[in-house]
Amino acid sequence: MPLFSGSYEGASFFELLRHDVPHLLPFHHLHNVPQLAAGEFRLTAAVPFATTVLALRCADGVVMAGDRQATEGFEISSRRIEKVYKADDYSVIAMAGAAGPCLEMIKLFQVEMEHYHKIEGETLALDGKANKLAQMVKQNLPAAFHGLVVIPIFAGYDLRLQQGRIFKYDVTGGRYEELQFYATGSGGKEARSTLKKFFKADMKREAALALALEALVDAADVDVGTSGPDLVRGIYPVVKIVTCAGVTDIADDELRPLSERLITALQG
Amino acid sequence: MAVPFYVSPDQIMQDKAEYARKGIAKGRSIVTVEYADGLLLMAENPSASLNKISEIYDRIAFAGVGKYSEFENLRKAGIRYADLKGYSYSRQDVTTKSLANAYSETIGTIFTRDPKPLEVEILVVEVGETPAQNEMYHVSFDGTITDRRQFAVIGGQADRIRTYLQEHYSQDMPLAEALALSRQSLLAGYERPPAEESALEVGLLERARVGRKFYRMTQAEAARAMAATNNGL
Repeated sequence: MPLFSGSYEGASFFELLRHDVPHLLPFHHLHNVPQLAAGEFRLTAAVPFATTVLALRCADGVVMAGDRQATEGFEISSRRIEKVYKADDYSVIAMAGAAGPCLEMIKLFQVEMEHYHKIEGETLALDGKANKLAQMVKQNLPAAFHGLVVIPIFAGYDLRLQQGRIFKYDVTGGRYEELQFYATGSGGKEARSTLKKFFKADMKREAALALALEALVDAADVDVGTSGPDLVRGIYPVVKIVTCAGVTDIADDELRPLSERLITALQG
Repeated sequence: MAVPFYVSPDQIMQDKAEYARKGIAKGRSIVTVEYADGLLLMAENPSASLNKISEIYDRIAFAGVGKYSEFENLRKAGIRYADLKGYSYSRQDVTTKSLANAYSETIGTIFTRDPKPLEVEILVVEVGETPAQNEMYHVSFDGTITDRRQFAVIGGQADRIRTYLQEHYSQDMPLAEALALSRQSLLAGYERPPAEESALEVGLLERARVGRKFYRMTQAEAARAMAATNNGL
């Protein structure tokens, strides 16, 4: 890999791949697949799918959470998959859809943020990050037609506006800002109902964390693709909070008592 | 067709080297020293936005002297090289040795092949998990690569600064002392000390930092840290 081998000179890692080494792009393989009509060729039963992820705003910023299950047809392919990731110091990303492309796109997005920061010497504005992600999702559209859907939620702390912000996406790369909360994936609808019912503006950290967990528990209760907190194996959802101090992972020790309380409540 | 005059390769190389040296000598020097908790890079730089020191990867930093546009291009190429390698393999596979070699190859090829050599000298340095694993490579305008221990200097006044550091360097210095030493050594580079000290650009590779080890110190932070020692002036 010699220096100066490529022709791309900008600050985007995604564009660098597109120009100089397209075979490393997550969705490149599809250019080699013979063109098929939509719906003719679907992989849904053969690849793991990651499910419910959500984000909600709180007083200090924004909370993002995702369950830990990946489903392959009617089987559980993983109980420990992670769907929520730190994107950079002030933002987080979660994805629902085909696990492989999801994870690859998250990795690409993380490198994109870091690459821009190193080349330009400054970080992108939160809107800039959200737009860049939209372009990446749009590139995945051909794969989405084959069933390899990738739907992210992006959230972060906007240092300029001094508040948390949430962006949702559709398969075409449409980017929409949500002012309160959002959830997507197979249990997304169920999680949204819970969030809708109990969401309040400017919730404290504890209340926001409890609500995020409750929404996941409710989703798991109805959706076979979503797992709730697994007290037996000690597997808890991945939860992150973004504030003006940056991204913090919520430790299992803090999630355990909250989860126990919610599950006890299910016993009625 | 006109036959070009014959010029011996010796002469061509000598002329190119002299041209490059002249260009580099115009700029101020940069020092890197190993201290107890990592590596320190320091440059005199009146500009707050046009950096001479920058981050390449998790443990790797870059410093360049000479023509800004040329070492800036090298810096960006290094970041692209490192990020591509890290993305396609893994973060641990991005090594300073291979990056420094790539730089050496590129700069060396330009020196022999192009009519105009690059007027740059660069340092590529890595903080290791232990001080013994630190790496510092110096690549000069003709692609010559050397590895250094304890400290490394590039730029027009490198000889005087190196002499100063040889006399005053000690192992396992705390940060404040390393800052003061670097600053003194930069001052020692002048034949006559300047009336007014120019602004300092300071980059650190801190061993204890989680993830990306590079940290850019602000002027105020550096001044505060140096005030803690008596040699801080």
